[in-house]
Amino acid sequence: MIGRLLRSVVDRVKPPFEKGGRLGWLHSTFDAFETFLFVPDTVTKGGAHIRDAVDLKRTIFMVVVALVPALLFGMYNVGYQHFLAVGQVSDWWGCFVYGFVRVLPLILVSYIVGLGIEFAFAQKRGHEVNEGFLATGLLIPLIMPIDVPLWMVALATAFAVIIGKEVFGGTGMNVFNPALLARAFVFFSYTSFISGDRVWVRGLGKGGEYVDGFSGATPLSFLGEGSIGRFDLWDTVLGTVPGSIGETSVIAIAIGAAILLFTGVASWRVMGSVFAGGLAMGLVFNLVGGSPIMEVPFWMHPLLGGFAFGAVFMATDPVTAAQTNVGKLIVGFLIGVLCVLIRVVNPGYPEGMMLAILFMNAMAPLVDHYVVAANIRRRARR
Amino acid sequence: MAAKSKNWQYFLGPLSKDNPVLVQILGICSALAVTAQLKPAFVMAASVMVVTAFANLIMSALRKGVPGRIRIIVQLVVIAFLVILVDQVLKAFVYDVSKQLSVYVGLIITNCILMGRVEAFALGHRPWPSFVDGLANGVGYGIILVVLGFVRELFGSGSLWGLRVIPEAWYVHSGGFYANNGLMMLPPMALILVGLIIWVHRGSNKDLIEK
Repeated sequence: MIGRLLRSVVDRVKPPFEKGGRLGWLHSTFDAFETFLFVPDTVTKGGAHIRDAVDLKRTIFMVVVALVPALLFGMYNVGYQHFLAVGQVSDWWGCFVYGFVRVLPLILVSYIVGLGIEFAFAQKRGHEVNEGFLATGLLIPLIMPIDVPLWMVALATAFAVIIGKEVFGGTGMNVFNPALLARAFVFFSYTSFISGDRVWVRGLGKGGEYVDGFSGATPLSFLGEGSIGRFDLWDTVLGTVPGSIGETSVIAIAIGAAILLFTGVASWRVMGSVFAGGLAMGLVFNLVGGSPIMEVPFWMHPLLGGFAFGAVFMATDPVTAAQTNVGKLIVGFLIGVLCVLIRVVNPGYPEGMMLAILFMNAMAPLVDHYVVAANIRRRARR
Repeated sequence: MAAKSKNWQYFLGPLSKDNPVLVQILGICSALAVTAQLKPAFVMAASVMVVTAFANLIMSALRKGVPGRIRIIVQLVVIAFLVILVDQVLKAFVYDVSKQLSVYVGLIITNCILMGRVEAFALGHRPWPSFVDGLANGVGYGIILVVLGFVRELFGSGSLWGLRVIPEAWYVHSGGFYANNGLMMLPPMALILVGLIIWVHRGSNKDLIEK
């Protein structure tokens, strides 16, 4: 009923937006909204095609759905950490509302800036608006600390969309994961706003009144001493620890992972091999031993920091991961290895996931190339 | 009159359509290395300008007397002589900037623009047009350096020519909202900026876009 009503409204306002129409220059903008509401009825002609009702818009939408548990828990955790820091007691609803109000501006800024740029480029180049940014725009706030200034988010989003995506030709052509590029931009531009002990809990950096002795340090930052500080392991699984907004709860991320795997949106090869790589590298460090951080039990690494979030939502990005099945395994495995390697060996970067994924994004085409070449050689010998 | 307008073209070409950095993609290394601040970028630009102009002039004057087999070594001697001269002048008059530029003044010798222009232009033209061509390439290179230095120092340190531009009160540590962009101080951002300038430049000069 509502669908048909909407359809007739869309059909009525459509004509001036057609190519050559009065508002023809807004064609791609209109098209973006129309295909957002309805599955397009255009069909491909000629050639062999895999028929699937799920187009890019629906695929990306699944990612957004999968992000919702992490997002909701992130909002709750923002409030929870804040009330813990100021020494007040609040029920879970109070925590959630507090977090919701603080997280919403980040999401709005990311979407408005990112989509604004995407629409402008699509309009200028005369092609359709792609929907890749629907997921990117939600990922960006989720991997930021809650206290990051909004203008930095805006700048980082603009950087990621323009330098990370549009210069390569838009959605599907990017070399690097745009959301991680936004984080890397903030990390290297405004390091003090995205690392240290004060940025992960709302209001802590502003010198506000908080309980004496409260530290906003993340579990990961204690890793150098071979422990996870005042937290116990259950906290890090549940996610009631300071950290980037969406990355803390392993359980919420696991729900997202289940959605992605069940719908076939994300590759289990990448996801699984990232964990395998992280565990393997952790095990190697355990066997070598020698310093407290090397002796952190290997099974703890995936529970800490952004490892799980990166493995589930970032490494599996179908555009920037490897395209061959063997390549996916190799790239995923190396992401896990590099992440733990960076964490353990380089004290300058307590979190290695961002750099590990970006690095392997750059290497993925090379891995693919050799996988294909090896396949050709093997078949030629047969 | 005709000759004069030709020289004028030799001068205008490298400023935009034939810019050494944007179109010939030469001298990128030093463009990334010395442009974190405006002042060293400007001094570097001026130094390169002087060296390219006089290297072209001298090599053009010598071009008939230098056998082809040993021309590279002669070019190197001439360029090295000029670079040492510039280096000494910088040390004498702007010592602090000279310290900042450190090895990069010496490395002007290896700047591709120099050998490139001498080989491509000075050996086949008379001294005066060669001088103009060298000067223009130096200016074309210098424009990019100064633009990079301007953007990088403004957003990276909040100052220009060492003077504070963005008010102290804006900064987070004094209660404001602003922070310097650390990425601007790193060479990778300079490369991205060069890329953006090339993007805009090609956008307005469609004939330069490669197929």
